[in-house]
Amino acid sequence: MTGLLADLAIGAAILALAAGMVAARSAFTATAFFIAYGLLLGLAWVRLGAVDIALTEAAIGAGLSGVLLLTAAARLAARPVATERAPGPLLTALIALCCAAVAVAIGAAILSLPEPTPSLAAEVAANLPATALGNPVAGVLMSYRALDTLLESAVVVLAVVGVWSLTPPGGWGGFPGPFHLRVESGPLALLARLLPPIGIVIALHILWVGKDAPGGKFQAAAILAAMWLLAWMAGLATPPRIASRRLRFAVSAGAGLFLAIGVAGALAEGAFLAYPAGWTKALVLAVEFALTASIAVALALLVMGPPEEEDRA
Amino acid sequence: MTAAVTLAPTPWGMLPVLAVVLPVAGMVAALPLGARGAERLTLALVPFGLLIALGMAAATYASGAPLVHLLGHWAPPLGLAFRADGLSAAMMLTAAIVIGAVALFARAGFGTPAGAPERREALSFWALLLALWGGINLVLVADDLFTLYVALELLSFAAVPLVCLDGGRATLEAALRYLMFALLGSVLYLLGVALLYGAYGTLDIVLLSERTRAIPATIVAVALMTAGLLAKTALLPLHLWLPPAHSGAPAAASAVLSALVVKGSFVLLVRLWFGVMPGLPVPAAAQILAGLGAAAIILGSAAALAQARLKLLVAYSTVAQIGYLFLMFPLLAAALGTPEDAARAWTGGVLQAVSHAFAKAAMFLAVGLMAKGLGHDRIADLAGAGRAMPLCLLTFGLAGLSLMGVPPSGGFAAKWLLLTSAIEAGQWWWALVILGGGLLTGAYVYRVLATALTAGPGGATGREDSRAWIALGLALISVALGFLPLGAFGLVQIGRLDLAVGGVP
Repeated sequence: MTGLLADLAIGAAILALAAGMVAARSAFTATAFFIAYGLLLGLAWVRLGAVDIALTEAAIGAGLSGVLLLTAAARLAARPVATERAPGPLLTALIALCCAAVAVAIGAAILSLPEPTPSLAAEVAANLPATALGNPVAGVLMSYRALDTLLESAVVVLAVVGVWSLTPPGGWGGFPGPFHLRVESGPLALLARLLPPIGIVIALHILWVGKDAPGGKFQAAAILAAMWLLAWMAGLATPPRIASRRLRFAVSAGAGLFLAIGVAGALAEGAFLAYPAGWTKALVLAVEFALTASIAVALALLVMGPPEEEDRA
Repeated sequence: MTAAVTLAPTPWGMLPVLAVVLPVAGMVAALPLGARGAERLTLALVPFGLLIALGMAAATYASGAPLVHLLGHWAPPLGLAFRADGLSAAMMLTAAIVIGAVALFARAGFGTPAGAPERREALSFWALLLALWGGINLVLVADDLFTLYVALELLSFAAVPLVCLDGGRATLEAALRYLMFALLGSVLYLLGVALLYGAYGTLDIVLLSERTRAIPATIVAVALMTAGLLAKTALLPLHLWLPPAHSGAPAAASAVLSALVVKGSFVLLVRLWFGVMPGLPVPAAAQILAGLGAAAIILGSAAALAQARLKLLVAYSTVAQIGYLFLMFPLLAAALGTPEDAARAWTGGVLQAVSHAFAKAAMFLAVGLMAKGLGHDRIADLAGAGRAMPLCLLTFGLAGLSLMGVPPSGGFAAKWLLLTSAIEAGQWWWALVILGGGLLTGAYVYRVLATALTAGPGGATGREDSRAWIALGLALISVALGFLPLGAFGLVQIGRLDLAVGGVP
């Protein structure tokens, strides 16, 4: 009974925050709603028993996306741009109608699904011993559907290329993102000194338990990226220039190693991404560590953004 | 009950894997290699890509069955499979040739001489081109709807930055609008994927083709995914992003965007309608799709005719030519029980996709050279261009023949097959649209040629850019497709999933 009440409260709060986000007048208010919305969504995933998704939602959906949106809102406020005309009442009503229709259709379709809904959960669990992994989510990500994970890690590299391709004239090769003066006092300076050691330990823990319990590379990478960003914003850490070969290697290394292991599987076992018997755990661990580092660097670079106009060297 | 289609690994199944892994690995390596290294890597990968595509076509044709590879030895529904059928092989060969031509063409604009500092456009272009290549190959061979989502992400995230590579305000706006449409498409597609998994417990297309039934979840899922893919394919009325994006990008980028990227989501749409739910009766929905296609053909061609700028004309021509692709939907749906008619409509649709890819890549490259040579792309001021740049104009004319559907050309064969299928199916109204579209296409191509061939001041002297030969080569391929005997198109029939179901009454 209390569980049902809690679920109802979370559901109502998520809807209210979503409505607030749509109705908000300023980008800052909307972003604040968005971050709270992401955190509550994480809670909802916990209630559904999907702790892996909850962690990812909180770290990336609310955390890093929130920082990204806040910086974007700040930049827009500093340099107001002529926006397109807001849609008129008729168009607004039409958009609302379309969204409502899609929501109703999806709701109806979900309610009409057969009971019990077909699921691969039993098969995932039955084959888990063959993957040498204890967490079924890790089994799916690193073994059954390893290809999707590999390609997503390549998409992260592509995202860095895409963001850097927006570098304004004169900025190519310079330091990513805006310059932050060193903050000597205040909450940011304190947090930037206090949190990183704790954050790094937590990230490593989440990464390490990920193969057997909820957690893993994306969540760990998001925390590591957040720690770097914190130090960067406080002016304590200067990121390398985007021309730096080492930085670029760091972004590509994880996906590169994963690809190499995939090819090795093709040569040794006759199937791309097949892990040779007895080597599974070691190879998966190597990929997890390399990917965590690469994704952490990439996520931080995505939030920092491309270099600015003037090279400040 | 015996499964109509099996998913067992086949010899040569490693070819589709290589086709995806090579360009993706190239993109990952491009970043640390830098612009010059990325350029040389891309040019080195082109011959391998061509060989792989040729090998896939040969192996598929010889065995008469699709090539299958089970990744990590896990079979669907738990694992993922690559399945390369005749359609995959034909489109992959097209992609390899177009990418190769564009890579050669782009060396002049995006090359980095030895010792020169790295430029933003150069590194971005080569890395994005490789990502786009990997994305299109993945769309063609993936058999899992979520893997296909990742493929769409690769395609979109490579295509959008290519649009604003020149960094100007107008192209940034065009890219942003493209991004909005592409993201909306991704979200709708992903919603449908989740619904299908909830209903059938698998995302493998071959397994789904045996399981899907006409229940609300299927219909809502397919409707959402179709709407999302239409936004990415730019079928009217979701085409608004395409003309500014494709006309604002650098010529080499426009060529791959118009020739290949919009075809990626189209192929996925074909897989959805005739793979995921081959047995479901959908004549009314198919008529709507083709109706939108017909509107795109007429309105897109008319808009092309009205343009004052050459690049925009070519971009609106893409809007129109995409329309033809959708005529195959009701024709295939009507021919479900008659394999011969279905084969004709299928070949017509695929041939339209392939011949448009070559013709439009050629046209964008030629128009890019003309705009560069003349310093503008105003159609009214083209007089004299024919004397100064005969190769470019010849390319434009030959590609135009294929777009019009004048024999002998690939475009003619495609439109003829669609036309006869329409009459065969008793849906004569599509035949009228095909003929009307051909006339309008002829009008806008003639308008450019007629102006450019008059004597005028536009005729700068000096040798024509040697890259015009690359564009001409692509245009010749689009024409030469019309000389292939129809038997050669047996390749694209191999592995069709609608046959497995449709053949059994």
